[in-house]
Amino acid sequence: MPIFENLSERLQDVFTQLGSKGKLTEEDVNTALREVRIALLEADVSLSVVKDFVKRVRERAVGAEVTRSLRPAEMVIKIVNEELIDTLGEAGRLNLSGPSPRVIMLVGLQGSGKTTTGAKLSLHLRRDNRKPFLIAADTYRPAAVDQLVTLAKQIDIPYYEEGTSAPPPDIVKRGLQKAKDAGATVVIVDTAGRLQIDESLMAELKAIKELSDPAEIILVADAMTGQEAVNIADGFNRQIGLTGLILTKVDGDARGGAAISMREVTGVPIKFLATGEKLDAFEVFYPDRLASRILGMGDMMTLIEQAEALYDEKEARRLQERMMKNEFTLDDFLDQMNKIKRMGSIGRILDMVPGMGKLRSQFDFNDQEAQDRMKRVEAIILSMTRQERRKPELLNGSRRRRIAAGSGTTVQEVNQLMKQFREMKKMMKQLSKGKMPNFPGLPGM
Amino acid sequence: MGSLRQGLAKTRQAFFGRIAQALGNTEIDEDTWDDVEAMLIQADVGVPTTMKLIENVKNRVAREGITRTDHLDEALKAEMLKLLERPTPMNVSGRPLSIVMIVGVNGSGKTTTIGKLARRMQLNNRKTIIAAGDTFRAAAIEQVQIWGERAGVPVIAGKPGMDPGAIVYDATEAAYARKAEILIVDTAGRLHSNFNLMEELKKIRSVMGKVVEGAPHETLLVLDGTTGQNALNQAKKFQEAVEVTGLIVTKLDSSAKGGMIFAIQEELGLPIHYIGIGETIYDLIPFDPDRFIESLFENNGEEE
Repeated sequence: MPIFENLSERLQDVFTQLGSKGKLTEEDVNTALREVRIALLEADVSLSVVKDFVKRVRERAVGAEVTRSLRPAEMVIKIVNEELIDTLGEAGRLNLSGPSPRVIMLVGLQGSGKTTTGAKLSLHLRRDNRKPFLIAADTYRPAAVDQLVTLAKQIDIPYYEEGTSAPPPDIVKRGLQKAKDAGATVVIVDTAGRLQIDESLMAELKAIKELSDPAEIILVADAMTGQEAVNIADGFNRQIGLTGLILTKVDGDARGGAAISMREVTGVPIKFLATGEKLDAFEVFYPDRLASRILGMGDMMTLIEQAEALYDEKEARRLQERMMKNEFTLDDFLDQMNKIKRMGSIGRILDMVPGMGKLRSQFDFNDQEAQDRMKRVEAIILSMTRQERRKPELLNGSRRRRIAAGSGTTVQEVNQLMKQFREMKKMMKQLSKGKMPNFPGLPGM
Repeated sequence: MGSLRQGLAKTRQAFFGRIAQALGNTEIDEDTWDDVEAMLIQADVGVPTTMKLIENVKNRVAREGITRTDHLDEALKAEMLKLLERPTPMNVSGRPLSIVMIVGVNGSGKTTTIGKLARRMQLNNRKTIIAAGDTFRAAAIEQVQIWGERAGVPVIAGKPGMDPGAIVYDATEAAYARKAEILIVDTAGRLHSNFNLMEELKKIRSVMGKVVEGAPHETLLVLDGTTGQNALNQAKKFQEAVEVTGLIVTKLDSSAKGGMIFAIQEELGLPIHYIGIGETIYDLIPFDPDRFIESLFENNGEEE
């Protein structure tokens, strides 16, 4: 659970006060972007990166058409999300072209997870039909070599180590020869954790780079890293030149904004995410998923996409016209309800919408109940004649009794539905004057 | 103090050192507050605490009639200091054996910290023993054994994969037999969001309570100083699970600022006992709020 109020909730709060106009005004956008800024900062995106990002979103958002299917808040979220995905870049692939064996250097701060990542990466490579080989070049941290050896044995990956007696560049040089002899195609070099401001240790990395001509130099970074992410990534990149990033401990509940900072400041792709204690908890990186997580939006984007797909512009306009002319009928009502049904069960929708957890308890209905209620409403409407559906005012006492009997419900339920329908029409009239709706209310909600 | 200065030197030149520069001596205006806000945010102080600090400083500035920026850093320091408590001594005396349990997420620096902490205890003539309770991570036992050697403190260890509760039991026996006063228990790193592993930690804790009355007497959470806003969540979850009694913040020799401790202290009131400022066994020093804040502000002339 995100600790902080998430972005989409923030934006929705802001926009309930604003009307829905045809375009996002500069004022709308500025209000929204203040919230975007805070949300990104709370997700640990570095301040300088947030500033540039917000600037880009502003350029895209001002003047963007607000479609009927999306509320202004959703529109802004959509733009933010798209920009975020652009910023996070492509799903990363390893570049291992060139004469075998190709070298991958893993670098990073202490405790970021390099050794475990080395084991995970080698497992991943073997599954990809390559022949991985590990070199233990961390001679500083007590038992780091033992750790690598233990892991390598666990997953049966060949390795090279010399304990802690030799300088790491020498170990790498000899290790490479061993790897070649063993017929390895990819060599992963596990280096000691170091601060990017530690000049002597950075010099050691440069030496390893020069002698091993690595295809990849990957920064292994903790997903929980704070504002420091820019300095870490920039420091490593400037001094030894990075080719990619691996984000670790992604199975925690940190938002992982550090990923954006690091990606932005280095321009190198994020290649993998490490997602758990087990050695196969290692995934290829997908920008859209991480974007949602950073925004704390759950599957909000999926919901927005579905809403867009179901609620096309033309139909929205047709409905609006009908509302204006007060022609919205029970048929339309039924149609709406079925659309919502198609979007998935209510529970799923509530799960997808951030902050809905609260609402769920407030309404105190479970999925089954809501679905049953929808079914009964459907039965009632389907028990009406066409004429009754178009002109509900026809429904007198005897007609209502007939409908109740026909649908297996009670007159009270029919009455309740009619009352809700009247209220909905009233609401729609207001909405058509410019206050944009949620989906028309569900019966009983 | 020299080592804290050195450790934090890079920190202060990076941002807080710039406060003085940015502020200079001019009239306080909106830009001034934007600068202060940026610096606090970049120190990982977090949005809510930053807002609150700025609000408090603004009030103080109004109250004290401060108009020039050169007096602003004093006001800011004073308000920051109000958020940090001076740690009380650890609860590790007054009984034959006190148990200190060390917990934290993976890679926060628990094992290294244990080595440094054991050495400090030993120097204070407190006979100490370490229990190698991380039986999960590959070579964690060897790692803590090496630190034990460096600190001159015996390490009671089992085999990888063994029940950490059993190690605690053995270590307690050993501690009594050797008349040790303090037993430091290492635990495997775990993410606070991992339900099963947090349950396991609760079990380890309850074993301690069974073998020694009132144990663990201190449960210290080791926090990585480069962590951002998630640190607060870590602290909350560990506190809920095992009643954390204090913090040790590591890696403050990096260019990270450790600003998340303000929110943690404010919200959870957990004392910070030590900070880690380097890789040698000497690089663990008591946390001192004045010095911590002072060092953040110091300008050592190494501007970029």
